[in-house]
Amino acid sequence: MPPTDAARQTARPEERPIRATHASRAATEPPLVRWTLIAVAVLFLALFLIVPLVAVFAQALEKGVGVYVKALSDPDALSAVRLTLLAAATAVVSNLVFGVAAAWAIAKFDFHGKNILVALISLPFSVSPVISGMVFVLLFGASGIFGPWLSAHGLKIIFAVPGILVATTFVTLPFIVSELIPLMEAQGDEDEEAALALGATGWRTFLRVTLPNIKWGLLYGVILCNARAMGEFGAVSVVSGHIRPVTITLPLHVEILYNEYKFSAAFAVASLLTLLALVTLVAKALVEGRAKAPRLPAEFAQARGARPA
Amino acid sequence: MSITIRSITKTFGGFTALRDITLDVPTGELVALLGPSGCGKTTLLRIIAGLETADSGEVLFDGKSAARTSVRDRRVGFVFQHYALFRHMSVFENVAFGLRVRPREFRPSKAEVRDRVHALLRLVQVEHLADYHPSALSGGQRQRVALARALAVEPKVLLLDEPFGALDAKVREELRRWLRRLHDELNVTSVFVTHDQEEALEVSDRVVVMNAGMIEQVGTPEQVYDHPATPFVYTFLGHVNIFHGRVHKGRASIGAVEIDAPDHADAENAPAVAYARPHELEVAARPSTPADLEATIVRVRFAGASVRLELKTAAGEPLEVELARSRFSELGLARGQTVFVTLKNLRLFGNGRPE
Repeated sequence: MPPTDAARQTARPEERPIRATHASRAATEPPLVRWTLIAVAVLFLALFLIVPLVAVFAQALEKGVGVYVKALSDPDALSAVRLTLLAAATAVVSNLVFGVAAAWAIAKFDFHGKNILVALISLPFSVSPVISGMVFVLLFGASGIFGPWLSAHGLKIIFAVPGILVATTFVTLPFIVSELIPLMEAQGDEDEEAALALGATGWRTFLRVTLPNIKWGLLYGVILCNARAMGEFGAVSVVSGHIRPVTITLPLHVEILYNEYKFSAAFAVASLLTLLALVTLVAKALVEGRAKAPRLPAEFAQARGARPA
Repeated sequence: MSITIRSITKTFGGFTALRDITLDVPTGELVALLGPSGCGKTTLLRIIAGLETADSGEVLFDGKSAARTSVRDRRVGFVFQHYALFRHMSVFENVAFGLRVRPREFRPSKAEVRDRVHALLRLVQVEHLADYHPSALSGGQRQRVALARALAVEPKVLLLDEPFGALDAKVREELRRWLRRLHDELNVTSVFVTHDQEEALEVSDRVVVMNAGMIEQVGTPEQVYDHPATPFVYTFLGHVNIFHGRVHKGRASIGAVEIDAPDHADAENAPAVAYARPHELEVAARPSTPADLEATIVRVRFAGASVRLELKTAAGEPLEVELARSRFSELGLARGQTVFVTLKNLRLFGNGRPE
């Protein structure tokens, strides 16, 4: 969000009040209250975020590194990794293309039904993933709407790899669009108009002007989309049919191992997904700053000595 | 290149932005589109550029219709109100953009691009900033870069949307004089949009005063200021005093003042409004004619070489009079004093509009 005029004013170095390093006495609570509140917050964080994280890795390595490595190099596990990567790649690529196109249309043009389209796009967020999976069974399953036609042409979507790809793409659809729409709306279309007036073609304008303007937001959306695509369970579980190893993704593989009481192996595979989550978290933090950083107004640049003489 | 605008009409939803606009801009002229916000001036500029399409009417460049020419091929330089500089490109790359996106057969070589860009940056006096990104520049510097970028494609027409709107007063004055000099140097037909009457009067060859989607008056700065065609132009260009009265068979009476109104020879005791600029009224400590208005000085404001007096007439109407500093001291006027105002140069509009 752009800083308000008032914020800009106070941010100028010469007008900035000297900031106190400690809050004044009058504004603080007694030590007992302070420490109690801090303790509650820390306990809560530890219980709900840190302990589970540690538990995953502890469980995974409980029976030694040998079991851990064996669980991960198991052919079924490798197959699950491959399918998960394929599903994530499909979801990211299709939602990237769809997301940019849809965000472009919504942010830069006015048309009838725009609000309905925006609402529809966020539908996968508001529907339970299990329902999403069932919708695809209804559509493409043997007794579904397109079922007879599909089987007549020898095509299989449900209880096969295409079903996994479709379901994953569906549940991750809103991530990239919803990241881009506010960004593109805020940027307006003056840059594009300027490029066109300078003689650039539409495609060149997109590549040289629009894309660089949205690249960080786009990357942020891709990271979120990818994380969700790899971790998706509900919708995929419904359309998978659990055909080993053909339609088993990593989360499904974890579930199978767990149900078979192979706890160490289950947690070993789970630790892969957890690692992915941690990598996503770091990547997200790195990108987020750049994606959301407002353009520095000239006064700021000036104040930081960045403005040339 | 000359621009001809023929009965352009444009509506947005239920809002009519432009109604039947016709206008000629001869080659090499610098024209200001002046009006309050929402009067349609920016829409008109965007239609000339091809960024917006008119519902009806047409734009002609050198007598040829531009209806089938897209913004890409119109060869117009457009300077946006907020500059629209590409923020991920350096100043150099911004200016080079228009040259680098040309079709291969018309694209200048790398060395040519470099020379051209540097020549332009020199022209707008920001050559030393070539490697900086727009975020590191001040508003005035960005404006210059935006202008250099627009000029890079050798436009036949230069269109500027509120070019100085976002700058502070001092930079604005400096830049607008510079723009005038630049225009005289390049001699490219230019149209700029502004809501600042001072800017329009100072910079342009001709001023197009617009209001509510229509053109009120077209003329040189002197013409529109000294001979406003409509009450709107009168009130929009500078301060004005308004007097209500009546007009009857070519004679108007404003208070005790009787003036000839040959334009209103047919009027039958109709209401009329008379306008006079603050500097056109004369004040004195004693009445010079029996028709003089008696008023009290409410406030005295010093504005450089002149003094503005805020007065209140006996009837309670506010009046503003402007006089030279020397005249003010000569008269020895002070707040609370009673003065007499002589009405001269009154311009009369019947029913608020000329007949």
